[in-house]
Amino acid sequence: MAFSHSHLLGIEPLSPDDINAILDLAEQYVKLNRREVKHGDALAGLTQINMFFENSTRTQASFEIAGKRLGADVMNMAMQASSIKKGETLIDTAMTLNAMHPDLLVVRHPQSGAVNLLAQKVKCAVLNAGDGRHEHPTQALLDALTIRRAKGRLHRLNIAICGDIAHSRVARSNILLLGKMENRVRLVGPSTLMPSGIKEFGVEVYESMHEGLKDVDVVMMLRLQRERMDGGFIPSEREYYHRFGLDAEKLSHAKPDAIVMHPGPMNRGVEIDGEIADDINRSVIQDQVEMGVAVRMAAMDLLARNLRARPKEVQA
Amino acid sequence: MSIFLTNARLIDPEQGTEEIGAVLVDDGVIKELVYGGNPDLGVKTVDCGGKCLAPGIVDIGVKVCEPGERHKESYRSAGTAAAAGGVTTMVTRPDTLPATDNPEALEFLERRANAAAPVNVLPMAALTKGREGREMTEIGFLMDAGAVAFTDCDHVVRDAKVLGRALSYARSLGALVIGHVQEPGLSAGAAATSGKFASLRGLPGVSPIAERMGLERDIAMIAMTGARYHVDQITTAQALPALRQAKEEGLDITAGTSIHHLTLNEFDVADYRTFFKVKPPLRSEEDRMAIVEALREGLIDTLSSMHTPQDEESKRLPFEEAASGAVGLETLLPAALRLVHSGDLDLPTLFRVLSLNPAKRLGLSCGRMAKGAPADLILFDPDVPFVLDRWALRSKSKNTPFDGQRMQGKVLATYVAGRTVYEMQDA
Repeated sequence: MAFSHSHLLGIEPLSPDDINAILDLAEQYVKLNRREVKHGDALAGLTQINMFFENSTRTQASFEIAGKRLGADVMNMAMQASSIKKGETLIDTAMTLNAMHPDLLVVRHPQSGAVNLLAQKVKCAVLNAGDGRHEHPTQALLDALTIRRAKGRLHRLNIAICGDIAHSRVARSNILLLGKMENRVRLVGPSTLMPSGIKEFGVEVYESMHEGLKDVDVVMMLRLQRERMDGGFIPSEREYYHRFGLDAEKLSHAKPDAIVMHPGPMNRGVEIDGEIADDINRSVIQDQVEMGVAVRMAAMDLLARNLRARPKEVQA
Repeated sequence: MSIFLTNARLIDPEQGTEEIGAVLVDDGVIKELVYGGNPDLGVKTVDCGGKCLAPGIVDIGVKVCEPGERHKESYRSAGTAAAAGGVTTMVTRPDTLPATDNPEALEFLERRANAAAPVNVLPMAALTKGREGREMTEIGFLMDAGAVAFTDCDHVVRDAKVLGRALSYARSLGALVIGHVQEPGLSAGAAATSGKFASLRGLPGVSPIAERMGLERDIAMIAMTGARYHVDQITTAQALPALRQAKEEGLDITAGTSIHHLTLNEFDVADYRTFFKVKPPLRSEEDRMAIVEALREGLIDTLSSMHTPQDEESKRLPFEEAASGAVGLETLLPAALRLVHSGDLDLPTLFRVLSLNPAKRLGLSCGRMAKGAPADLILFDPDVPFVLDRWALRSKSKNTPFDGQRMQGKVLATYVAGRTVYEMQDA
């Protein structure tokens, strides 16, 4: 079944076949990226604009490299410093961009749903690079690729997602993706950092790391989103680290070959012990970054194919 | 001038009946009611063709954006919309810019309203100055100037001492206070009702318990002060037991709900559709059903449109940033008729909550199908189907959640004090 979407706004609209299509193509790009000459031409002639309304170094760099390796003309717009500050609305920004005829628009925005809104108003393919607390689909896809390569499969695994679930778009996209691929997902964290209605997502919820990590294949840590908290979610970072930070003792409850993941950037000593993060036998955090580029290349390639296949508007 | 409206299904919310009959209107009031037959009184006769004739709707909580945002809605546009929607009395909100909180502004608005709007307009005034919750307004002067109720709209008076004084003072004058029941700390920043849907969309949610907490606080304050009190909107099942108990204890409390909470639920927001963003946010289907039942049995007294015009710019934004509210004057009746067609309510019950109860609560003589009552009447066909086109609305703002939806029921004619203020043009 071919990938038929014109945007990548979230994991929610994707089918398991769509997910496999992206991951399978990404495998090829992993190989390309490890070669000395890392050039493809899947996006040649296309213009990719990265619009980040929220600070990002890693995701923006990853999308930029992905686009450049496939031959796109990539432009970065730091929207925080731009016309948004002068009062321009999101729609006006979109219309302005539309007039520049971009083909791929990569958007990060602090508001949930803002990328969906933009996608309704522009003619190009839109990729969600994270919107508010809603979704971050390429992160979930790169996590899936990392798991599939480390575990040899992406189904019937026990996966614990730990920490600040409430503020995390990464958690939402991962819960949706891992659920669609038929894994058992556990959420571990203090009740104040669990979103409402979470039990209806088909997950198991734990408030203790010992119980939550018992016999899991994958431990996925989340960053404590200090910038999204206006106080009172946790008593202190040291108590949080004591109860929910991943250290060797807590990890010992997981399967002996369990892998440790983190979407970055890490708060060492808050949600994860530095030694575990650096342990090459357990931590796949560096692989996640590598898979990120490949997955983004695959996603943009697939969207570009659909873009090229779309009937062109007749222009005078 | 007299008109004789014959061959109509007369909806009488007081008696709970709907029977074929005729109404003689003279000098702005219902002069005579005749059931059955086709009497001849020798005056100008309008054959209603067996369609429904009911007391006009008394809509508590209409926002007309004068002063401040006349581009969103004026008294003229709102009045025209009301006439077309079967609303014969608009009870307007004081959450204007600036807030309607002094008698001079209120008198000015009344003059404008009565010159521009073809239907009755009765203004409400703010309970506290600037709706800031610090100092009560001149409740006495405002009543003299024509304020029919006092409300800070969606601003909750946080300080219980301020609220207690305002309620006590209002009681001494017999003024009706309308409250918005929300625990303000819990509901701050919320764009959706907490639960699976809000979490899936990544929207900040408010627990439905915030409504119950707000209601329980206000009930305690009413018990303390003895004030006359009306809740603008009850939207959750969890708030109903407290309301029931307060009524059973004999407190002077009534409650309303909005047409949007009665006919839509949280899932209608779907892919961040901001026209479905209202305040409080849409609730679960279980809540909606509980509210329908409470309305049917009379625990909830009134139903209103909570007409809140917003222009395109304030809605075409990311969901959290988008303005709240929906227009409703023209969709109130067809949306409410959904509950009649679904068998949840009968027509007399519907007009009890749309017309009779709100009029009674405000001390108005309209809202009744009775001899001597003002001839504020609407003739409508409850069955005629149509697809709503928001651009066909008469409101200046087109922010309706019902755009493109199939609806049933159209107003054929609207009479205010016996005067025809609206007649449907044949399509």
